[in-house]
Parts: sequence; structure tokens; C-alpha cells
Amino acid sequence: MTTNGAEIDRQPGKLRVGMHWASSCGGCDISLLEIGEHLLELIEVADIVFWPCAADFKYRTVADYPDGYIDVCLFNGGIRSSEHERLARLLRRKSRTLVAYGACAMDGGIPALANLKSPREIYDAVYHSNPTLHNPGHVEPKTQWATPLGELDLPGMYPQVLRLGDIVDVDYQIPGCPPVGAQVWKVLQAVVAGEVPARNSAVRVGCDNRSVCDECPREKRKTRIKAFKRPHMAVPEPNWCLLEQGFVCLGASTRSGCGAQCPKAEMTCRGCYGSAGLSSDQGTAMLSALGSVIDAVTEDRAREVVDEIVDPTGTFYRFSLASSALKARR
Amino acid sequence: MSQGESVQPPAETGTSQAWEPRIIAFLCYWCSYTGADNAGTARLKYPANVDIIRVMCSGRIDPDLIMTAFARGADGVMVCGCHIGDCHYIAGNHKTMARMPLVSRVLQDFGIEPERFVHEWVSAAEGDKFAKLVRQVTEQVCQVGPLDWPRRMYERGVGHGQDLQPWGDRA
Ligand code: SF4
Ligand code: SF4
Repeated sequence: MTTNGAEIDRQPGKLRVGMHWASSCGGCDISLLEIGEHLLELIEVADIVFWPCAADFKYRTVADYPDGYIDVCLFNGGIRSSEHERLARLLRRKSRTLVAYGACAMDGGIPALANLKSPREIYDAVYHSNPTLHNPGHVEPKTQWATPLGELDLPGMYPQVLRLGDIVDVDYQIPGCPPVGAQVWKVLQAVVAGEVPARNSAVRVGCDNRSVCDECPREKRKTRIKAFKRPHMAVPEPNWCLLEQGFVCLGASTRSGCGAQCPKAEMTCRGCYGSAGLSSDQGTAMLSALGSVIDAVTEDRAREVVDEIVDPTGTFYRFSLASSALKARR
Repeated sequence: MSQGESVQPPAETGTSQAWEPRIIAFLCYWCSYTGADNAGTARLKYPANVDIIRVMCSGRIDPDLIMTAFARGADGVMVCGCHIGDCHYIAGNHKTMARMPLVSRVLQDFGIEPERFVHEWVSAAEGDKFAKLVRQVTEQVCQVGPLDWPRRMYERGVGHGQDLQPWGDRA
């Protein structure tokens, strides 16, 4: 594999591949299985040397590898705790190529929506005020705990969700929540064939350079929006642009590559492939686009229409809050 | 660092006694900028806390510019354009009027007080309205105090990830 023009001095033989999850739901790990029977082809050319989701590797095993031992490490999930940070740094050292795999590692993903709440609010909801909780002792997680066998050091939660790229240098980003199987396979084939673009954290692979609207087959009739609807409120007319029908579809601000799966299935694009533009702020791009298609001639009417959008922040930044200009609630 | 963030700790603002708010005003060329000029020619007094950025049309003010202004250290942002019906480009400000209510909702979700973001129409003849607006905005931003966004994010590890401390563990 040549990247940056430099030949990698790995012994001829199999590639060593690792995958790790940090603040992640596990979906990205599963998405690797979505390459289907190609998995067998992958196993022929690559050894899995670390994959906590699928095989029993200890962190210690990785720590004992020489630096740069892992050829490609797919890192999914954002950085929310000290454990995530420790593994990010460890895997950066042990990997020649570190890939931010999926929306969470790249842009914070869904977990980064918690950046709109303070850690105190999160703890209160999770450990105290949720109606289904029973926590009479008001127990909260601790990072130190004395047991009869000795003192335990446990991971602690950070004040906000960070991207992998906030902690260590990242060589590539593969967007998606999770990345679609066909794209993942394309990237893996390129890696095996040594055809990946030069390393640079800004390089996104496994996606195209357009917006989801470009890939979407639904008809655009240049209709302006008079009112917004939520998906449960109406059945969309088939083959007509969902946004023009008043459903908040994020296709315009979202990078293509997924094949516009969601609009093809009558569901609005939620924006999982991240920002389509040069700016990483996907939310303002959508906000801007919406402003251009609202049908209102007075200020009051315009306000009425946009007020129908429930939770604009959570909607426009659903997968990319940690990459937005502001990144978190004050 | 890797995603193009700054790694230098931002200079501290707002801790010295002589804190002065920094307000970024995006003004459209045809009306509001001329309105500000008008305030100048009429020698109206207004606080020197605004940095004016002239754009061709208020419809050109991408909300990204507003968020970026706050993210890079502005304490307040003003957006001014021609009154509805007066747009040099016919309907540029119609886009502004649909975007700005959304911008203020999003800003409030990020914990940025409504006092810090003001959207008003100012015509070329309304120099006194502009001067009054600047006085009012400066005053209300002074009341809510420094925003200090770059430092806040730096302290939480954005862009450098050094010396992170788990929340709740700090003495
Ligand atoms: S807004 Fe949604 S439905 Fe409309 S063209 Fe774009 S992706 Fe397709
Ligand atoms: S249509 Fe949007 S939400 Fe659906 S997979 Fe593509 S980018 Fe993700």
C-alpha cells in the first residue's frame, strides 16, 4: 500500500486489520458484516488482530503489539470517556492507518446530541429523575472505588462528546450511520489494492462529493413550502421530493454515497453522511437551504412556518453536532 | 490539529476588569450599510464595540457566518438588511426573514442568550435607528457578560484533547 508516496515496509503477507468501538452503538461493527460474502475474501488477505465486538482481544494484547503493527484500524464511536481517549491514543500508536469509521467517530454522531445538555443534566436524567428509575441511594458512577481486593480505577465521563479527530490525527474518514456495506467493501478493496488517496484527515472515503439530493430519484417540482409536517402526520406522495411536501429532509445538506436509501424508502434523509459542503457545519447549511424554499411574504407568516419545525437543532445536527461551529451547549 | 482546529489555548477574555463586548454586525450593502454611513455622516454617537462586515445582501448572510462569529469569540452578532419590499435583489431578505428566527432558536439551544443575537431591518435613511440599535445591543450584551466561546471549548478538549479531566472528578 502506498500512501503519501511512502512505501510501507510491511513484510509480504497478510494485512493486519483492527476495529474498535468507543462511544458507539455497535452498529458500525455490524456494518462490517454487511459486506456479506466478501468477508471471506477479506479474511483471505487480512488477519483480524483486534475487534472487541467480535473476538476476544484484551487491551493488553494491543499494548504489547509493536508500534505501527496494525495496518488499518477502523475506529468507530466518538470520545466520551477517559477509556475511549486511552484507546484512541493507543490505537493511533499501534496503527499505520487510523480510520474514523462512521458518523460518531467522524462528527460525534447521535451521542453528540447530548452536548446540548450539561453533564449534570445528563446524570440527573440517567441516575435520578427518569420515572422508570429506582435509585434510593442516589448512586452515581465513580472513577475510584475501593474493593476488598484493592482500589479500582474506572473510566470517567468527559464534559462533552469529542470526535476521534479532536484527540488524535486521523488518516481517513468513512461517513455513515453506519457506512453502507457496498461503500465499505469499495474502501477495503482500495486498501488491499493500495489505491487509497493520500492520507489526510479531511479525506472522506466511501462516499461521493455531491449531496443526497443529487442521488435521489424523487421529482423536484420547484414547489415552495407552506407548512412543515412530521413523518407520522401524513403519507408522502410517492416519487415527489419529500422536502417540497413539507417533510424536513436533510438531503440538501448531506453528503451522497449512500444511494439515497432513505428517500427511496419514503423516509426523509436524516443526514447521517455528514456535511456535503466544505464547511463541516451541516446544520447551518440545512437551515440556510430551508430559508430559501419557504413560501411566505410577511415576517409573521415566515415565523409561523418555521416554528412548525420541532427541535431544529436536534434535527439539523442529528449526526454532526461535534463537528458544528459551536460544538456543544455553553 | 487533525481536523483543522486551533491547538493554541485562546487568549483569555472577559476576566480583566476592562472587558468590552465585541459585536459583529453583518450589514447589507444597499440599505443597512448605507444606514450606518448615514449615522456616521450625521455624527451620531454610538459605542465602538461593533465590527461591521458589509455583505451584498442580507440573504447572503449564511447562518454559518453567525455561528462562526460566536465560535471564534464574538459576544454578540447583529444582522441588518433592507426592509421587506426594499431588497435590491427583490427577495433576498425574504430568505433572511425565514432563516433568522431559526437561527435564534438554534442559538438558544446552544445556550447563547437571545440578547446576543439581533436581527433588524435598517434602511439607508435610518442612521438614527442604526445608532440606537447599536447602543441597545451593546448595552444588553454588556448585561449578559462575556461569552468566551473559544476558551470554553478549548477547556473541554476540542481540537487538542490534552489533559482531559473526567467531569465530576474535579475537586
Ligand atoms: S430533499 Fe430529500 S426527497 Fe427531496 S430531493 Fe433531496 S433527498 Fe430527495
Ligand atoms: S439518505 Fe440520509 S439518512 Fe439515509 S443513509 Fe443516506 S445519508 Fe443516511
